Amino acid sequence: MASGLVRNGAKRFMSTAAAPASSVPAGARSGWWEAVQPAARDPILGVTEAFLADSDPKKVNVGVGAYRNDEGKPVVLECVRKAEQIIAGKQNMEYLPMGGLVKFNDLSVKLAYGDTAPVLEEKRVAAVQTLSGTGACRLFADFQKRFKPDSRIYIPVPTWANHHNIWRDARVEAHTFRYYKPSTRGLDFEGLMEDLKKAPEGSFVLLHACAHNPTGVDPTADQWKEMSQLFKSNGLFPFFDMAYQGFASGDTVRDAQAIRIFMEDGHQLACAQSFAKNMGLYGQRVGCLSVVCDNSQQAVNVKSQLQQIARPMYSNPPLHGAQIVTTVLSDPELKEQWYKEVKVMADRIIGMREALKSNLEKLGSSLPWKHITEQIGMFCYSGLTEDQVDRLTKEFHIYMTRNGRISMAGVTTGNVEYLANAIHEVTK
Amino acid sequence: MAVAVDVSRFENVSMAPPDPILGVSEAFKADTDATKLNLGVGAYRTEDLQPYVLKVVNKAEQLMLERGENKEYLPIEGLAAFNKATAELLLGADNPVIKNGQIATVQGLSGTGSLRLGAAFIARYFPGVKVLISSPTWGNHKNILSDAGVPWSEYRYFDPQTVGLDFKGMIEDIKAAPNGSVILLHGCAHNPTGIDPTPEQWEAIADVLEEKGHMPFFDVAYQGFASGSLDDDASSVRKFASRGFEMFVAQSYSKNLGLYAERIGAINVILPTADLAARVKSQLKRLARPMYSNPPVHGARIVANVVGDSVLFDEWRAEMQMMAGRIKGVRQKLYEALLSKDKSGKDWSFILKQIGMFSFTGLTKSQSDNMTDKWHVYMTKDGRISLAGLNLAKCDYLADAIIDSYYNVK
Repeated sequence: MASGLVRNGAKRFMSTAAAPASSVPAGARSGWWEAVQPAARDPILGVTEAFLADSDPKKVNVGVGAYRNDEGKPVVLECVRKAEQIIAGKQNMEYLPMGGLVKFNDLSVKLAYGDTAPVLEEKRVAAVQTLSGTGACRLFADFQKRFKPDSRIYIPVPTWANHHNIWRDARVEAHTFRYYKPSTRGLDFEGLMEDLKKAPEGSFVLLHACAHNPTGVDPTADQWKEMSQLFKSNGLFPFFDMAYQGFASGDTVRDAQAIRIFMEDGHQLACAQSFAKNMGLYGQRVGCLSVVCDNSQQAVNVKSQLQQIARPMYSNPPLHGAQIVTTVLSDPELKEQWYKEVKVMADRIIGMREALKSNLEKLGSSLPWKHITEQIGMFCYSGLTEDQVDRLTKEFHIYMTRNGRISMAGVTTGNVEYLANAIHEVTK
Repeated sequence: MAVAVDVSRFENVSMAPPDPILGVSEAFKADTDATKLNLGVGAYRTEDLQPYVLKVVNKAEQLMLERGENKEYLPIEGLAAFNKATAELLLGADNPVIKNGQIATVQGLSGTGSLRLGAAFIARYFPGVKVLISSPTWGNHKNILSDAGVPWSEYRYFDPQTVGLDFKGMIEDIKAAPNGSVILLHGCAHNPTGIDPTPEQWEAIADVLEEKGHMPFFDVAYQGFASGSLDDDASSVRKFASRGFEMFVAQSYSKNLGLYAERIGAINVILPTADLAARVKSQLKRLARPMYSNPPVHGARIVANVVGDSVLFDEWRAEMQMMAGRIKGVRQKLYEALLSKDKSGKDWSFILKQIGMFSFTGLTKSQSDNMTDKWHVYMTKDGRISLAGLNLAKCDYLADAIIDSYYNVK
């Protein structure tokens, strides 16, 4: 572009000799945008973009964590379809309150904390409907910045990539703690405890309630209890990101055990819930942020402040998805059906884990693969290197994130052999 | 082993004040008086003062239900069919800007979310640049800019003497701003005043922006809803685009398609080249990802279905004309009622000259309080009434309330 650009902060004109397309009148200005570089593709969502652009018939998408049935097709749950029929023709398109649909919030927190949890009966939980799990995390991060501006967030290594983006854009100082141990492809519990012991009092700690993303490695109940004690003695705040309740083991109560353990120890925790996976409502963006408080007045205060953050971001959350969840969870039959459908999804994934492992063993792979069935939830942290992942994509048209994370939801009886073969090829 | 409950980290969190706009509806709901009237939030009501779901929306939802579409994540930038439709609605399908790919469009969470993306972009890429907002403007504009970390100041807009546009003050303040500022303009149906510049005034405003190297940022929340015509209501934006401005435009389908609850809108950036548009779009996505990852699909599909079907599109236009027409009708009736009850000769014609959902009555805060406390008429404290919440049957009552508040309360 022409060098006529003046960057003294006063005028922002580029020489009109540099004006491009002829349809742009000569009076056009420029010079505003030179700092704007093309952004790198999102490491997760960019995988699907690349997959869609690939025309090879053998292509396999084990990138983004969206459930697929054994035909490799997206699934809309039956209970959800029924709920949509029930709410069809709704004559209500009015703005939700800033904090979202009240009934939805009530049902969400019951799911997370238990129907008869004391904190719920005492009305000590501030809960707001959010734009799925991302929105819940962001709302909390902004809230943390606003009310505890000097506090830190501790984030496990590795984690869902967007966690870092969220707390960074919220301008919260982020630190990390060890989590995954490559040599065992399991939890680095000693490293975790060591690192969190060093966290200053008043720090916030991001924990995956179940089905850790991307590793699939979860602490045991005893390990959660030990962590809970440490948080108590060192004054650390537990923030749970629960994106897979029901989806990990097939049992919603079991998958929330970490939260229940911390609650029993009297922690004032917060939780981000997502209904993207466990109810298959990905595109509807339904989630809930809850914060446990001292008493009901404080819960009212905290909720009002969360709403203050939501208002200049999106004013109020979208209705449709929240209505679906509310309909399903408040109808005993639909709720039962949901429990069954979630178990079917969880079981299929567990089955695919077994199939992938046994295929690799059959191929005579010398590497250890037991972590495939020991890890839990949607993802398998394969241990593949970036180069190996790139080879899988280039040579076999298999798409996954470059950290070697395989979305088991994308594995089917139709492609598991092909996948095992390809992995064997790049690792032998 | 249970451990004693800790004192919450958030014990010092105080109760936030009620939202000045959304809080009005809450107060209205709590009022048990039979004469109460909600002229607070800008949501359309029928002559029976009921919420209205457009017939085309019901039809589109029915189509979607029958098709049984999946619920997969949208891309970060939203539904492609929606983005295409919304840019074309704004500028016209054969606009060179669209043909040349000189526009970055990202689906946003209605007008609020779209404004927030634009503001966040400005904070990141034009650090230190100030946004000028009209005085008055929609209350949430300053919150959006503040939370995005963008400095802002005001330009004069409303003239209490004429209950009209303070054009001289507006031009002066825009001229006084540092070169290369961003000017937030309402595309049509200014909120809260209902006062729009004339076409000649728009040209003069464009002249000043050009002279100062300012960038326009249009908030278009009422396209089609103001005059009843989608094209007419977009004329200010189209004029600026044809003059070659680079600019931001935030759109909302809350009012014109009645999709308040589903949060559907878009942020558009008009640029000199398609390459720049691609770059800017990629960076808007980077701002959206840590806010909500990708936008909700339901409202986007509704819009795409309505706009994409010529029968539904025509029906939509007719429903918009009906809504805009009803509002023009109550403006007329209110004006006539005021004229017949107020013999002082005060000029109430601003009610007819203002356009869109809102009327800035010129009532002060204490006069507005009187409207609520004595007459159970709920409105925002800046004197704004939402005509969408008024029907012909209540015009007389409202006229009485306005006259009482205006003359008997200081």
